[in-house]
Amino acid sequence: MSAPPLVETKGLSRSFGGLKAVDNVDFALPPGEVRALIGPNGAGKTTFVSLICGRLEPSSGTIAFDGKDITDLPAHRRVRQGIAYTFQITSVFANLTAYDNVALAAQRVHEDRHRRSERVLRRSILDALERTGLADRAAQQAKHLAYGHQRLLEVAMGLALQPRLLILDEPTQGLSDGEIDNFVGLVKEIARKATVLLIEHNMDCVMRLADSITVMEAGRILAEGAPAAIRADARVQRAYLGTAA
Amino acid sequence: MAFGPHLLLATLEGLVTAAVLALTALGLSLVFGVMRIVNVAHGEFFMLGAVVAWFVANAIGAHPALGFVAALIVSPVVVGIVALVAERLVLRRLNYDPEATIVATIGLLYVLQQLALTFYGPDARPVAAPFSVRISLPWFGYSGYKLAVIAASLAVLAATWFLLARTRIGLVMRATQYDRETAQAFAIPVDRVYAGVFAMGAMLAGLAAVLIVPISQAHYLMGLDPLLLSFIVVIIGGLGSLTGTVIAALVIGLGDGIISAFFQPTLAKMIATLLVALVLVFRPQGLFGTTAR
Amino acid sequence: MSAAAAPKVWLLHLAVIGLLAALQFLLPDYHHGVVAKVMVLAVFAIGYNLLFGYTGLLSLGHAMFFAAGLYGTGLAIQHLGWSAPLALLAGVVVGALLALVIGLLALRTTGVAFMIVTMMFAQVLYLTILYFSRWTMGDQGFVLPQGVRAVDLAGLRLDLTDPATRYWCALSLFAVALFASLAVVRSRYGRVLIAIRENEERTRMLGYDTFSSKLLAVVASGTISAAAGASYALLFGYVGASFASIQYSILPLLWVLLGGAATTLGPLAGTLFMQYAVDIASGFTSAWLLLVGLALILLVLFFPRGMLGTLRERWLGWLP
Repeated sequence: MSAPPLVETKGLSRSFGGLKAVDNVDFALPPGEVRALIGPNGAGKTTFVSLICGRLEPSSGTIAFDGKDITDLPAHRRVRQGIAYTFQITSVFANLTAYDNVALAAQRVHEDRHRRSERVLRRSILDALERTGLADRAAQQAKHLAYGHQRLLEVAMGLALQPRLLILDEPTQGLSDGEIDNFVGLVKEIARKATVLLIEHNMDCVMRLADSITVMEAGRILAEGAPAAIRADARVQRAYLGTAA
Repeated sequence: MAFGPHLLLATLEGLVTAAVLALTALGLSLVFGVMRIVNVAHGEFFMLGAVVAWFVANAIGAHPALGFVAALIVSPVVVGIVALVAERLVLRRLNYDPEATIVATIGLLYVLQQLALTFYGPDARPVAAPFSVRISLPWFGYSGYKLAVIAASLAVLAATWFLLARTRIGLVMRATQYDRETAQAFAIPVDRVYAGVFAMGAMLAGLAAVLIVPISQAHYLMGLDPLLLSFIVVIIGGLGSLTGTVIAALVIGLGDGIISAFFQPTLAKMIATLLVALVLVFRPQGLFGTTAR
Repeated sequence: MSAAAAPKVWLLHLAVIGLLAALQFLLPDYHHGVVAKVMVLAVFAIGYNLLFGYTGLLSLGHAMFFAAGLYGTGLAIQHLGWSAPLALLAGVVVGALLALVIGLLALRTTGVAFMIVTMMFAQVLYLTILYFSRWTMGDQGFVLPQGVRAVDLAGLRLDLTDPATRYWCALSLFAVALFASLAVVRSRYGRVLIAIRENEERTRMLGYDTFSSKLLAVVASGTISAAAGASYALLFGYVGASFASIQYSILPLLWVLLGGAATTLGPLAGTLFMQYAVDIASGFTSAWLLLVGLALILLVLFFPRGMLGTLRERWLGWLP
């Protein structure tokens, strides 16, 4: 790997009382890659990415983003550095319209780049909505959207942040097969400009999208590598109790 | 009086305060622990207990002991009923939302307080103690009734502990406190548990007031001080923790007694409130409680 | 999205100010004084609404900010001999500083703890005022000498004890506060506050520094409340500890809830309504606080959006 990793963790750990949710994880994600993070429930996947984006503080270890140590950087500053996170448990602004939800994300980026034009702002909001297929629902209140569409709204907000690293936490939950197909196309398009870290249970999705896969179990990395190799890995198959594809 | 006996007197007075405060604060703590709501009208349940006690004792003109015993039984029951009505009509409808509950209980505070003003009046009136025995200590005589209050409080605290730790009702309460949803899955009637706990919390306050009313008089504004002190106790001791509440009540009751004997009450209250606010800011779980789930 | 509604909004607010100005000439003496008082207290409510309605932080200690302004101004006149304008400034500055300190401390807590902490800090201020009663005259309070309550403005002497002047000053203060709150609420900062109220963690994960935004809201809210307190001292001449008591922390909550939280005109509506409701009730009984209690319970049970909030929800969606 010639380029330095976009995200790198060393000895990253997080405990809750007696439970080691993330246990001494060394992880490196090169820029431009689509990495899938898989593992059984309770493996620590969401905790791990929460540590990266700053929602949680580590018990020990370090995190570096684009070569800079961000371990002590507060969450909102990491987002401004270019890390975007879509929540596993949908967390949109229920009482605002889809448009206003995305606007909050786009507005912040717009301001950071000192842009003044309302038209450019509006364009980037509509762009994010169009790419996620929510353009015709822009005026609907988020709480009135179907569950799957709320998940897509999360992705749209992530897109509007124009991040360098987009972390997607189980984004296809609740989506129909057709919507999942669209979604796969969307991620492939995003991956042209951004690095993607994808937590997914839908193995079909993973196989279609991932450049490489990291498997977690009980807070540790069990295996890492190309999709075909992971699929064939006996330890991974055992961790999933025999189901890998 | 020399310093030593003065300190002893202050300590005894502090113990009486602590005894009553422990019961009152326990009521508040139980309600928060199980229901996760703050009842700002808690002090008014206390006041209500005292006012009802006066009405009962006054109605039963005979021997003060009779009147007192009657009040001891009737007062907590009346307070409990008022609490149940409030819980049914208001709190349940709000689905125990923390912010809405606080606003509603503030409203309840004013309603109870002003009703007391209307029907009981603005005056402070005494209730006769059931007996007036003086215990002769080497340095001063001390009211036997006050010592009885301490004993009574200990008995009620012990009974409450027994209820919580050793009976099925207590188990149900603790289960609901720990995890409401799972408790429901186990067919525990959470709504009824909540009603019961809320009533119990109010009754503890009412009972404490009946104990104290022969010592200090019944007045329609007497609920505010116990409310603030209970808040302080519960925050220091840790919301929902019985041991913490008792220890904190002891510390604050004694502290209040001793400080009041030697310092100006306003200054003491000022410093106490400021310290407690800072504790809450920097250590939200109090000194004994665990961080909320 | 709401750009089209802007002229309607501005017109409505100007109309309200215009109506209040017209009342100056129409109201009999007694009501004249009441409305002047209501306008000053409505500014207090506007300050409270900024934090409660828009940012979603329920403070139970806002009396401390009002009192900071009241006593900052009152004590500056009474003991330092300052002129009215300077004393007004003093009251506002004291309030702003207090809000900054309280914000830095209290914002470390959330929800119920925030309510209790703000209530306790307010109680400390109240007790402090009582403790130093040598200067503050404690519960009794003190009256500001009439001579001081005047402003010399470019040769013109504005006597603040004159009912007409007092009304104009109260109206000016209210107008400034109203339009300031309207501007804030429709600004990007206002939208961030609303986002924080709706979902703080989400807002943080969009890259917003929510702590700074909240702190600014506390300071703004406290400063506006202090301005109301400072003006009250100058316009009505009485400084007393009751304004620092818990009652004056509950009242703005009631006014805002009744009028409609997160509406710009709600604070005025709520304050006006309650003032007259209490006025009428006091005619019948000394237990008028009962009305306050019932109002709170009924509001929170059946009418949580308040008057203007319900209006906005049902019919006038463009109401800010």
